[in-house]
Amino acid sequence: MPLFSESGAPSAFTTIPFADWQSRTDWPAVSLANTDPVEDLASHVGRLRLIELHFPKFSDGRAYSQARLLRGRLGYRGELRATGNVLRDQLPFLLRCGFDSFESDQPGFDEALASARSLFSVVYQATEDGRVPASRLRLGADATV
Amino acid sequence: MPDTHFYRYDDYDRTLVRERIAQFRDQVRRRLAGELTEEQFKPLRLTNGLYLQLHAYMLRIAIPYGTLSSRQLRKLADIARRYDRGYGHFTTRQNLQLNWIRLEDAPDALAALAEVDMHAMQTSGNCIRNVTADHFAGAAADEIEDPRIWCEIVRQWSTLHPEFSFLPRKFKIAITGSPNDRAAVRVHDIGLRLWRNPEGRVGFEVIVGGGLGRTPMIGKTLREFLPREELLAYLEATLRVYNRYGRRDNLYKARIKILVHEIGAEKMRAEVEAEYAAVRDGALRLPAATIEAIAAQFAPPALPHRPAIAAEVERLRLEDRAFALWLRSNTAPHRLAGYRIVTASLKPAGAPPGDASAAQMDGVADIADAFSQGEVRVSHEQNLVFPHVAVDDLPEVHRALGRLGFAEANVGKIGDIIACPGLDYCALANARSIPVAQRISGHFAELARQHDIGDLKIKISGCINACGHHHVGHIGILGVDKNGVELYQISLGGDVDFGRTAIGTILGPAIEADRVVGAVDSLVATYLERRTDGERFVDTYRRVGAQPFKERVYAAV
Repeated sequence: MPLFSESGAPSAFTTIPFADWQSRTDWPAVSLANTDPVEDLASHVGRLRLIELHFPKFSDGRAYSQARLLRGRLGYRGELRATGNVLRDQLPFLLRCGFDSFESDQPGFDEALASARSLFSVVYQATEDGRVPASRLRLGADATV
Repeated sequence: MPDTHFYRYDDYDRTLVRERIAQFRDQVRRRLAGELTEEQFKPLRLTNGLYLQLHAYMLRIAIPYGTLSSRQLRKLADIARRYDRGYGHFTTRQNLQLNWIRLEDAPDALAALAEVDMHAMQTSGNCIRNVTADHFAGAAADEIEDPRIWCEIVRQWSTLHPEFSFLPRKFKIAITGSPNDRAAVRVHDIGLRLWRNPEGRVGFEVIVGGGLGRTPMIGKTLREFLPREELLAYLEATLRVYNRYGRRDNLYKARIKILVHEIGAEKMRAEVEAEYAAVRDGALRLPAATIEAIAAQFAPPALPHRPAIAAEVERLRLEDRAFALWLRSNTAPHRLAGYRIVTASLKPAGAPPGDASAAQMDGVADIADAFSQGEVRVSHEQNLVFPHVAVDDLPEVHRALGRLGFAEANVGKIGDIIACPGLDYCALANARSIPVAQRISGHFAELARQHDIGDLKIKISGCINACGHHHVGHIGILGVDKNGVELYQISLGGDVDFGRTAIGTILGPAIEADRVVGAVDSLVATYLERRTDGERFVDTYRRVGAQPFKERVYAAV
């Protein structure tokens, strides 16, 4: 399935399923089902280079929470890839939760990715993309998240 | 009249709504061009309020916390005229539904809505839905704090929330600021009740996992007292637990109430508290300045001093029976002497509950401008409310409402029936609801009789999804389909009042449509024979039990 990332260069590492990765945690790339406990990656996030989170259906949003925990709580900075049923209309949500690469066979996905960050110039929530929410902007100049 | 005493969008809000419409316009274009399948398009249109019903697209417009300016109401009328058939239906979720929208027109209808700072975002879909509130908020004599401040904070936080836009199921939040619960907070996914603790601080009781539908449940209190500034942290924690662990294998077991039920309130509380502890000191803690800025927008209107007792009202109370009844049932105590809260009944005898034509909406807006600070509320009981009416002005408001057909003195009475759209409009329904409501209210049209019967809430749903809240009706009526025949199941004893919230009990076998009125008549007759002084229908039922009601109903049918 075609791969997309904003930088244009997705990681070339091969992921292994979480269950296998647990017995070889030095491997740099792991693939999680949306029921796998992201918390278990806590002491490894500095070493990991690629984490795949899975959307078995676009309507199954568990991986959004996994992504936010990886980025926001565990401090993971490597590549975070959405796999499975990934659609262009999900992109604003995916980007806000910290995904930065995507596996999708939907036509027009790359054009959509190019414009996804500019679809909404205002956000209401502080999430993992560092954007300042409206509530903070309203408080004035010293607004930082 | 300027909208100065309730939330007005600023440039941030307006920009976001505009950008959302632009995105949807492109999605509609792609659907019409065949670039999106209906399956792919469906969640996109749903989270923009657009349903596909039996006959046409239906647009469900959010009326956050039920508050409307007269200007907004006129715009709703205008949209109903331009893009629909000139009327709309106010729902139990503080929404307005237009039933005959063309897909091609939907983006334009949304753009018209945005002109008055309104939207249809998240009125459907598996996301956090329109936040509802006490329809007397900011005006009621019994209020501790205006819940709309908190509804608006939640509205913003939940709008396009990236983590919670694909939840296991829809998610409904209701907030009340009064000890007399007019928002039914115990039967929502999350119900929030503002109260003042013994130390004098105001905070929230957080109730999680209530709901009606196939598996009705009363919510559990996860937190007795939550500091106000931590509301969003607690909500985010609860939603995250639900998003991660809520069931997705079965549509009917996907609501948060099932999760709470299956793992138990204790475990749920532990999960939410652990998540809350991790997020409470972060960006979700509400700065005092943010709370104050939103609260300032809901500052009570400067109401001029008016006499607490008006001579004309006193005269009419004695001489005009219709007015006297109306005063008793359709007006409620205001926090200020000299004012009342007036409910316009959208339930004239024999009419579809909650319907209003564009002309009626304009008429209500005119009355609001002249007599209620330009403000109107939508109640979950499908009526409209004028929150600030001077006692002195009540006679004229009564006359004006009479001309619109909205002065029926039946609020809280047997004619004030809640009914979902049912089989006539809804793709999910198994049976008609509106005609049943029309027949019952027609049968009990006589107002003096309604007042003699007293407070009695009839709620009718056309299917198990319970949009008509039949589980919590004093008399609940549920339409079911049995081999192609529409039958109606009757339940008794439901209630949403705080401390008495209860799910009704099924009385017996379902009955045919033409026997429903007779059955209700039998229930009422049984009550009238057995009630003690001042006892409401539901109180008598609780005291004497189902048996006498059951015998009477099934002897008659």
